Amino acid sequence: MKAAAHPVQRPGDARLLIVGAAGRITHHARSRLAELLLAGDLVVANDAATLPASLSGRHVASGAAIGLRLAGRRSLDVNDVQVFSAIVFGTGDHRNRTEDRPLPPPLAPGDRLALGPLDAEVLRTLRHPRLVEIRFQGGADSIWAGIARHGHLVQYAHVAEPLALWDVWTRVAALPVAFEPPSAGFVLDWHLLDALQTRSIGFATLTHAAGLSSTGDAQLDARLPFDEPYRLPASTVAAIEATRRRGGRVVALGTTVTRALEHAASRPGGLVAGDGMATNRLGPETCLRIVDALLSGTHEPGSSHHELLRAFIDDETLARIDAALDEIGYRTHEFGDSVLIENGWGERPFAQPRWNLNTATPASRLGQVRTALPA
Amino acid sequence: MNRTELHTPLRIAITGGTSGLGLALAEAFTARGDIVAYVARHTDTVAATARRVEGSHGIVGDVSKKEDTHAIALQIGAALGGLDVLVNNASSLGPLPLALLADTECEDFEAALQTNLLGPFRLTKALLGLLSASAREGKARGRRSLVVNITSDAAVSPCAGWGAYGASKAALAHMSRIWDEELRPHGVAVITVDPGDMDTPMHAAALPDADPATLKRPRDAAREMVEGIDRERRVAAAGSRA
Repeated sequence: MKAAAHPVQRPGDARLLIVGAAGRITHHARSRLAELLLAGDLVVANDAATLPASLSGRHVASGAAIGLRLAGRRSLDVNDVQVFSAIVFGTGDHRNRTEDRPLPPPLAPGDRLALGPLDAEVLRTLRHPRLVEIRFQGGADSIWAGIARHGHLVQYAHVAEPLALWDVWTRVAALPVAFEPPSAGFVLDWHLLDALQTRSIGFATLTHAAGLSSTGDAQLDARLPFDEPYRLPASTVAAIEATRRRGGRVVALGTTVTRALEHAASRPGGLVAGDGMATNRLGPETCLRIVDALLSGTHEPGSSHHELLRAFIDDETLARIDAALDEIGYRTHEFGDSVLIENGWGERPFAQPRWNLNTATPASRLGQVRTALPA
Repeated sequence: MNRTELHTPLRIAITGGTSGLGLALAEAFTARGDIVAYVARHTDTVAATARRVEGSHGIVGDVSKKEDTHAIALQIGAALGGLDVLVNNASSLGPLPLALLADTECEDFEAALQTNLLGPFRLTKALLGLLSASAREGKARGRRSLVVNITSDAAVSPCAGWGAYGASKAALAHMSRIWDEELRPHGVAVITVDPGDMDTPMHAAALPDADPATLKRPRDAAREMVEGIDRERRVAAAGSRA
């Protein structure tokens, strides 16, 4: 696979690989998603808007330039905005590969950080010289204004041009709580929402503070994903229950939706509306309680995103998907193509094809599309 | 509205909230316990309004500037934790003193379109996620979310000297109707309100010789609008428009 390097949320030629019943792989135009789903299904999206969570400034005691990426928050409470966890780098910006960024000067509790209009204090380091807990000075409104005006989006070297908020806010972006975009939601536009409604396919949202996907440090990356707060609306719980009753499927747009729903369902009392903190990891040990299918970006073997696909399918199927993605040249990363994978471990093995596969496009034709693309 | 019913606080954003109708609306909603964020261009007037309207959230931003849109939307969502009602109230008269169309500079017309038409389009679009989330949550309680675009009789009647303003408001009114058609199935209503001629700084700028005593007080217009907004948020029973 190759990285999608241009920030276009819905390229006209975006592709969708579907793993259907019995592990059969088919290829589709992603714009036809609504036609692939069945009446009675429910699509659940993460409606978090993305913060400009990358803040530049200096470490006051040493005068050294630093770059800081907000990485976590204790809750989604509108007033709980003073304390964040953050990854701190030395000099550089997003054009440098994250793994090449230098360490910041040594940070200690009480150190002041001057970040444009924002002032922050280091509260403690979190078992790594790059990971700290900070507290912003001032009231909530001035902190939000400082982040909105001074912050840049967290981005990586595979997209060279600086991103603006409108490049990464999905069409349903609501509360600004994500540190990186919930990019599976890039598939959404209002035309698709209309089409879902016309086809009696439900749509619901939750808000999950999607965290950083990379820290540039193998030790820290092994601790990803960090704990992520989420909010599950009562209307979404009701929609999931109604979907269950009618025998439809819950289709999660993205891994953050999956993580939040499966975390909520694992709590005593099961799936109830309200706020939670996702501490779970998805992987081969996960027994999915809520999510029947996942629509996700494509990810390279070895990444944590890739690992969690093993919650849905066995290694043999996953290897066949990886081979198919490679063979046809699917684009990877947040602006890339997508996969739609049904839970193959469930108690309800699907005897019948569960997608409307009439829209399938022969792989050979997708290949031709690809060769027509600029290199 | 049943006055004995416990009032669930609304989350409301108002553009142009530091004077005239916008300020009166911020005061009226805040007085009954709603949570208000307002947007205005100048740091000092935003700070003064924050002191005057206790508990409100002031946001410095210019809706006529495209690049301000998402920073404003971000701060609205962050301050309110959601959004039930957006009032696009900030307006530009175009050339001042008012000018005949033939004497209107292109730049002045463009400025009026930026503030009165494109600004509301962009901000509404950036806030649709919050508004539609509110609509999904409110459905069980029979409530939809609402966008209120402030218009004027100048959008309907062709008045000499009101070309840039009247044409931009007419376009805003028609955009509102189309958006309402498209968004109602998703629980978001888009309406226009003509509050009438009010004793505001903008009216004084347009017609300096008008006698304020003959004009509506913004406070009275705001009170009518608060009631209208409550009415419009209720999802009509089949066959009625209430």
